[in-house]
Amino acid sequence: MIRSHVMICGGTGCTASGSKQLQETLAQELEKKGLQDEIKIVQTGCFGLCALGPIMIIYPEGVFYSRVTVDDIPEIVEEHLLKGRIVQRLVHTDEQADQVVTSLAETSFYKIQHRVALRNCGVINPEDIDEYIAMDGYAALQKVLTEMTPDDVIQTLLASGLRGRGGAGFPTGQKWKFARAYDDDQKYVCCNADEGDPGAFMDRSVLEGDPHAVLEAMAIAGYTIGASQGYIYVRAEYPIAVKRLQIAIQQARDYGLLGDNILGTGFKFDIDLRLGAGAFVCGEETALMTSIEGKRGEPRPRPPFPAEKGLFQKPSILNNVETYANIPQIILKGADWFASMGTEKSKGTKVFALGGKIKHTGLVEVPMGTTLRQIVEEVGGGIPGGKKFKAAQTGGPSGGCIPAEYFDIPMDYDNLLAIGSMMGSGGLIVMDEDNCMVDIAKFFLSFTVDESCGKCTPCRIGTRRMLEILEKITDGKATMEDLDNLEELCYYVKANSLCGLGQTAPNPVLSTLRFFRDEYEAHIKEKRCPAGVCKHLLSFEIDPVKCKGCTACARKCPVNCISGAVKQPHVIDKEKCIKCGTCIETCKFGAISKK
Amino acid sequence: MKSIEELAKIREQMKSKMALRESEGTIRVVVGMATCGIAAGARPVLNTLVEEVNKENLTDKVSVTQTGCIGICQYEPVVEVFEGDNKVTYVKMTSDKAKRVVAEHLIGGKVVEEYTIGANQAV
Repeated sequence: MIRSHVMICGGTGCTASGSKQLQETLAQELEKKGLQDEIKIVQTGCFGLCALGPIMIIYPEGVFYSRVTVDDIPEIVEEHLLKGRIVQRLVHTDEQADQVVTSLAETSFYKIQHRVALRNCGVINPEDIDEYIAMDGYAALQKVLTEMTPDDVIQTLLASGLRGRGGAGFPTGQKWKFARAYDDDQKYVCCNADEGDPGAFMDRSVLEGDPHAVLEAMAIAGYTIGASQGYIYVRAEYPIAVKRLQIAIQQARDYGLLGDNILGTGFKFDIDLRLGAGAFVCGEETALMTSIEGKRGEPRPRPPFPAEKGLFQKPSILNNVETYANIPQIILKGADWFASMGTEKSKGTKVFALGGKIKHTGLVEVPMGTTLRQIVEEVGGGIPGGKKFKAAQTGGPSGGCIPAEYFDIPMDYDNLLAIGSMMGSGGLIVMDEDNCMVDIAKFFLSFTVDESCGKCTPCRIGTRRMLEILEKITDGKATMEDLDNLEELCYYVKANSLCGLGQTAPNPVLSTLRFFRDEYEAHIKEKRCPAGVCKHLLSFEIDPVKCKGCTACARKCPVNCISGAVKQPHVIDKEKCIKCGTCIETCKFGAISKK
Repeated sequence: MKSIEELAKIREQMKSKMALRESEGTIRVVVGMATCGIAAGARPVLNTLVEEVNKENLTDKVSVTQTGCIGICQYEPVVEVFEGDNKVTYVKMTSDKAKRVVAEHLIGGKVVEEYTIGANQAV
């Protein structure tokens, strides 16, 4: 009889930090102690606290161990699982609360979180359909098939206020209503799992941690719009998500929850996977559908919209993974429950992937309208090294930055749009005073230049010319006229590109120009990078007073550009210096500075 | 293919198996599993408690966990039952005694006086 469950995170983050080996070692150790029939190992999806991985939670006590290594396993088995003594040194210490917390729910990371889309992530074994069923899985599908008409489902979604979680925030109920209205012999339900923004990984975590929720919601969508076939377009770079989806689809077919005559109601629906080759443009709806059709992934003009002529020219809907993950809950708990969370026009919760200069890198889900300050300081644990918050980038290469003066902005679709950013799929990259905003804009733009599919000229050539101007600025060769041209080009590319990729590509430039124009001007007029990032504008110098002549920097310098006799102040040959910063890290006396 | 009834059945069965992961039940049964407890035979007691609690479908309100040395090694195996602010300490437990505690105390709500530390000290 099982008396304890050991949950080990099997998400991509913790797998990378070694959770697989942990699981194997634990299984061997349990066997050695003869505990294999008393303790069950459960591999789960992402808990969200990726920075502290690999993560292990032991029930029934609910003890939360972080950064567990293979060497810790014998102690955990001997002390905790056999003798019931918590291994204190592995228990997560909450720096903000300045205390040791034994359970996950007590951490400041989880306190203001509200998990709807992520409710099963880290709670169930995603490879076991029975565990999903125990968490009321497929109850929403049953309710829809036996008690609701397709119009009831649409009404519920409209009343809930659910908007697309992929970025633009289009009302989901509306989308389904349009697709239902078109009459055709075949319609399609598609799922966009082509998450490609740098720094975003919420869809991956949902697929890895709770794949059945997406399948269930797609079946509900099929019933609602009158489709019998679904496609999940998922990146091939997400091997764990792909594997778990394959397992989930097979299990659902075995149980008759996908296929003909689902639950004996006569409803027929099946789902297939399509693996994306990793082109960012395939996250755009028309390009995604073109790619599923087996053609080169390029967008096509709208209208006609996919609701009328989508996949294979048939009426289709496309929703994002996180949007789907919310739907079974809305059906079961009602539209009012969902609408009670969030702000006036943005209901429910939003998952954010925290990255950049933040302590708790990971996944968080908070009610819409939570302020950026709460997300960064309370949930994210603030910025390491006591540095100052400068800005946060949301929406990836399509979004913009939120500067410190808007630190208290309630995060929802409309507030972010109003300040020139966007919710996007939920990537949230935190930047501190050491980040150069021109460099950030350049980074995102070089991403869109690479990812532009080339079909339309404004995007293919316009983004390239913009990047060239940005490079001129960071090289210190630009004039104020270049800055004007850059801005004009931004508006041109935005207005004339064919699809969302090009239309939003200038956003990172426009938003950094709006809030950090002084940084651009410092690069151009003073040939200076205020954050000390842009290499061409930096010069390294040794303070002759502080230099002790220890020769450490000269020995470390990869291009041998530092010279000087022992116990005499050294000098840097600025012509040869490649500005790598190795000397600054090496110097024990703080004698070297960059300007 | 599963029918709606079969789906409901799976849900019920799995729910009790996963109840372990819910927040702790209203009654907490703690078994002393330090070296002294294990030497005195605490493991069969722990396993019996887990089995009985599952068999009687008590997993929603009862959680069974272990603890370290309580400090009364001569009375091991020790089992403590916490309910609200109340604590009952059973001493010198065996598998058979554990079955009676589940039946009479956890289900019946009546403390098995003769196994408690109070009764054993008086002897």
